[in-house]
Amino acid sequence: MTLSDFVTARAAGGPHVSRAARASRLSGLVMAAGAALLAALPFLVFSTVTDTLVNLFVLVALASMWNLLAGFGGLVSVGQQAYVGIGAYTVIALADLGVQPYLAVPLAALTCAVFAVPTSWLAFRLRGDYFAVGTWVIAEVYRLLVVRVDSLGGGSGKGLTGLSGLDQTLRGALTYWIALALALATIAGCYLLLRGRLGLSLMAVRDEETAAGSAGIDVGRAKRLVYLVSAAGCGAAGGVITVSSLSVNPDAIFSVQWSAYMIFIVVIGGIGFIEGPLIGALVFFTMQQFLADYGSWYLVVLGAVGIAVALWLPGGLWGLVRSRTGLSLFPVGYHVRRPDVRE
Amino acid sequence: MTLLSIRDLTVHHGQLRAVDALSLEVRQGEVLAIIGANGAGKSTLLRALAGLILPTSGTIGFAGRDITRLPAHRRVSAGIALVPEGRRLFRSLTVEENLLAGGYRRRPGPWTLGAVQALFPWMAERRGQNAAQLSGGEQQAVAIGRALLANPDLLLIDELSLGLAPVIVRRIYEALPEIVGAGTTALIVEQDVSQAMRVADRVHCLLEGRSVLHGRPGDLTAEQVEHAYFGLDARPAGQEGHD
Amino acid sequence: MGWLNAVVQGILLGGLYALFATGLSLMFGVMRIVNLAHGDLAVVASFLALALVGGTGLPLWVVLVVTVPLFALLGYLTQRVLLQRSLAAGPLATLLVTFGLSIVLQNVLLEIFSADTRTLDGGAFATGSFELSGAISVGYLSLTTFVLAGAVLIGIQLFLSRTGLGRMLRASSDDAETARLMGADSRHVYGIATAIAFATVALAGLMFAIRSSFDPSIGPSRLIFAFEAVVIGGLGSLWGTLLGGMVLGITQSLSAQADPALTLLAGHLVFLAVLAFRPQGLLAGRTA
Repeated sequence: MTLSDFVTARAAGGPHVSRAARASRLSGLVMAAGAALLAALPFLVFSTVTDTLVNLFVLVALASMWNLLAGFGGLVSVGQQAYVGIGAYTVIALADLGVQPYLAVPLAALTCAVFAVPTSWLAFRLRGDYFAVGTWVIAEVYRLLVVRVDSLGGGSGKGLTGLSGLDQTLRGALTYWIALALALATIAGCYLLLRGRLGLSLMAVRDEETAAGSAGIDVGRAKRLVYLVSAAGCGAAGGVITVSSLSVNPDAIFSVQWSAYMIFIVVIGGIGFIEGPLIGALVFFTMQQFLADYGSWYLVVLGAVGIAVALWLPGGLWGLVRSRTGLSLFPVGYHVRRPDVRE
Repeated sequence: MTLLSIRDLTVHHGQLRAVDALSLEVRQGEVLAIIGANGAGKSTLLRALAGLILPTSGTIGFAGRDITRLPAHRRVSAGIALVPEGRRLFRSLTVEENLLAGGYRRRPGPWTLGAVQALFPWMAERRGQNAAQLSGGEQQAVAIGRALLANPDLLLIDELSLGLAPVIVRRIYEALPEIVGAGTTALIVEQDVSQAMRVADRVHCLLEGRSVLHGRPGDLTAEQVEHAYFGLDARPAGQEGHD
Repeated sequence: MGWLNAVVQGILLGGLYALFATGLSLMFGVMRIVNLAHGDLAVVASFLALALVGGTGLPLWVVLVVTVPLFALLGYLTQRVLLQRSLAAGPLATLLVTFGLSIVLQNVLLEIFSADTRTLDGGAFATGSFELSGAISVGYLSLTTFVLAGAVLIGIQLFLSRTGLGRMLRASSDDAETARLMGADSRHVYGIATAIAFATVALAGLMFAIRSSFDPSIGPSRLIFAFEAVVIGGLGSLWGTLLGGMVLGITQSLSAQADPALTLLAGHLVFLAVLAFRPQGLLAGRTA
């Protein structure tokens, strides 16, 4: 499909169907080269750079997971910090038991998926906006439960054991690689998940839940699966945060601020596009670096920009790029876009 | 005197051209019925007249002013009230509260709560009842009463008979002469052709968004109406009957 | 303090929660908006009062009389400028806009007032109390708050049931399109609903501020109280919200009696229990 075809289709106002395979093969090569370059970075640059990039990778992973949940699953949660916290504390607890902290990160993902099962029974009783606040309350409950466990440090938090024996440079590099692996895994995970059968079901559910249900799609199952995957991803991110910061504080790790980051990164980047969280995380990260000397004003800017994008640019930055160029780095099946974005 | 004048009106319902370059006039004090099969564009026309959908092109003139772009809520003050398809009563409000909601703009005129309750006496006794508990016919009557309390110059009624037993429909239509007698002009959309022919001064038959037949009920033959209704006839629009 | 006293304190606290939750319930009922900045607005009112008392030396009650109408006006404007646009842009947009507002308000407060914990000094009145019987002591402030909350709730109920505009608020909640057919400008109706919500949240925020300390980051946890009161009571029911507030207040008060560290957790757990076993709320199916 050429650009002019695309423009004509838009102008005609009819639904636009595409599967841009050629562009994706090219972008696949570029991305593989980029990933290889990023993986080699600890050998090329100072550790301050890689340490900063760890934060970016965590943001990309968290945002991707929220995008999967809300942008594709239609589950707008404000409580994913529950899994960031549980993941972080899982790494702390497993390290106490003698598990190598880096190996504990994937186990943290698993733990979060297990916790997500009963949580989803409760949370899925709420719809729409009430789901959002309900998940938030559940995250609060997890925080309040965790601070009651004395062996996890109670209200003041706890340090990570088991990494003190490692050389500082090696530790920095390993943390960097695991953060990079996390970011790549979440993006690849979303891509593979959405390209398959589940992707089609999810998009059907997101667009019209009742119709999808009557078309034979198990709506509950599709949503629950997305919820579990997203919980696992956020848990792994929490684990990476812990191996990077070497300690955990319950108020900080269970803070709703994680949701603020995830949500506004995705919204600014473009909700419902796999590329969205990447773009959004880069924008947010740049903003954070530039406004680093101005206290929490970057959050004021984040909130304000988020509001503006939600009102005037519902497709976010990637949506803008896409509507101008038709570009898609991660084409997940057949994209049908209605010309009227509203409603 | 012409109260409502529609010129070349085209209205889209989603992608569909539901009303297609329609022109018609409603005179002060008459009852005009619009008949037509499902999907002929009747309801879309009424929704456009009430301001719920903006037309794609054409004009709507009402009492000498152009109201084509006037928002729905200001058309009520201008003197247009719609009884929507499916009654659409406010479910959590009582019968009386539903009626009073109709008088929200306080437009002066003959219709008060008391006048509506005199027209439908049962409404006074059951004023405190929840609107959701009423039968379909009762709901339809409340919906009409609610629209009357807006004291409209033009009353639009969409599919009054839908889902109601014929005897109930007839009883509600018995109130129509009294309503028109109080100075209200009525534009009704009706799927039940014989009912429409009985109460209307003039009828228009719509087919695919165009008026294919109009005239006084007495001047139209059953065959003409049947042909227009089902689109069996290829003759050009508006030639039969007379104004 | 005995258990009975804890129940009485819980009921009194519940009145405040109900007052605080009313705005959330009203905005959801009429516009289907869950205002995630609800708690932060209460905190903004607290800080505004603090600044006014400190800056002008006016007595607290004057500040209160100024702040509440000011918030009503602010609410009307917020609806017309921000929320109305978000309603047109779809359900996700309303959530994002109110969440964005929450983040902005919190961090602006943080920059202006720092993260320090503050209190609004209510003087002897705030600390004084009288003995109802040997075991029960009632604070003047708690009782006043409760009476005020009750009066406001009754006032809102009368407004909704007795006035044309109030009826139209309820009608819009049932069916916004048909309300337009009655001549209601939905933007105005929504503006009024938001104005009432903001006014009550300001009042509740000031009461909270006299009762207990606050800081710029406390808004979200306050929002959660309001949300729990609304869900426990049943969505869209004003009396349900009052009941929900009381259940939450009594739960917190009783659990604090047992172990102060349990206060918040017990409230959340009651909320989750309602969610699990009676998701429609205790008083479901009735509208404000």
